[in-house]
Amino acid sequence: MIQCDVVIAGAGPAGLAASIEAAKAGASVYLVDENHKPGGQLFKQIHKFFGSHEHRAGTRGVKIGEDMCAEARALGVTVLLNTVVFNIGGDSVHVSSPVGIEEIKAKAIILGTGAMENCLSFKGWDKPGVMGAGAAQTMININRVLPGEKVLMLGSGNVGLIVSYQLLQAGADVVGIVEAMPKIGGYAVHAGKIRREGVPLFLSHTILEVKGDPEVSSVVLAQVENFAPIPGTEFEVEADTVCLAVGLTPLAELAWMAGANYTFSGKLGGFIPLHDENMETTVAGLYVAGDIAGIEEASTAIDEGRLAGVAAVQKIGLMADDQAESLKAVIRERLGSLRKGPFGSARAEIKESILAERRALCL
Amino acid sequence: MSRIIEHPILGPLETERTVTIIVDGKPVEALEGDMILGALLAKGIRVNRVTSKDHKPRGLFCGIGRCTDCAMEVNGVPNVRTCVTEVEEGMTVNTQIGYGQWSERHDSV
Repeated sequence: MIQCDVVIAGAGPAGLAASIEAAKAGASVYLVDENHKPGGQLFKQIHKFFGSHEHRAGTRGVKIGEDMCAEARALGVTVLLNTVVFNIGGDSVHVSSPVGIEEIKAKAIILGTGAMENCLSFKGWDKPGVMGAGAAQTMININRVLPGEKVLMLGSGNVGLIVSYQLLQAGADVVGIVEAMPKIGGYAVHAGKIRREGVPLFLSHTILEVKGDPEVSSVVLAQVENFAPIPGTEFEVEADTVCLAVGLTPLAELAWMAGANYTFSGKLGGFIPLHDENMETTVAGLYVAGDIAGIEEASTAIDEGRLAGVAAVQKIGLMADDQAESLKAVIRERLGSLRKGPFGSARAEIKESILAERRALCL
Repeated sequence: MSRIIEHPILGPLETERTVTIIVDGKPVEALEGDMILGALLAKGIRVNRVTSKDHKPRGLFCGIGRCTDCAMEVNGVPNVRTCVTEVEEGMTVNTQIGYGQWSERHDSV
């Protein structure tokens, strides 16, 4: 059995940030990740980030990931890779790795497990060549392989727009972006890049069928009204790859297992562990940060991770209350600045309602 | 389905160090550090397994080890997620039919 102050599941932006804050306060920290490298999805974010100077606006996600990994290691965080957290309960987690099974006992547990991509079912959705947009992004930016030559993107949120642009950068032909809504879902700056490249936008359209045997060769689209296809508007587009950018779902199984209370928000991806302003769940000493606490973006995940890290070391007595409170106030202000504008303010409202629901519980 | 050698942001790809894996009995050249799935995609191989009930082909879907659609038999062990398993010199990789088969002699992966 390993004993430490803080154990963190997931070495993505949230987990790395939490590990850095906890280690800075002198905590012994174990950061566990099932992948062979830390960084989560940061290393496929080759675009420049938004936000303020503190959020490293203008810096590419890849670079932020490299810096955070280096900082965590320099602070003495123990990073366990190829290691899966498969059990959680009380004050410990169980992990499985190529060297065996181990129990890690900790005074605080932080879950930064992230999210997975949603699927959408249509005829032929399971053919080789239909994949998540994030899967395509992983192939081009991590594996340096094009998953196809002619790609059709479904969904015009930020993921759909950014991955479409990165597919173009990697040398693929993006034959179109299909969006059921009458307007583009993502930020105008990403949409502008796509428009300048002349990628066709099929607004108020959806995919009826993907054809090809065994692999994708064409896609049947139709116009939609109130999410229902309009008969007679079908047409076929040639493509060998279809990417689905239809949202993400928080990977929150470990919090279920630990007995945390949940809330539901469709806008933030589904079932979310209820948490307070310290990112602590209804299970004392169990924290969540990043997409598990509601789907947002890498910058918010980093700040939520910092918040959870500071709150955890405060709770276990490694940081004085006044110091922790002032640090947390700064982080919360930064988070507030990320949740502004037409996209962010809706998230801010939902986050506020989650906190209110948690307060009303009076556990 | 080709290798991205030049990239405007990530720069040129290091292609000097290669390893050879055996895919369905045939040698396939991969780059050191490749995930099995990536190496196969680079050669235009998109089908990793065939489903047990309807015998339908499956390939890359999530790319991060969650969906298991890219599972193959690797060194005699079925259900290996090829998107998160790195290539090794001489590794044997077979298209998985249904639940796949354990070979009598297998290395753990």
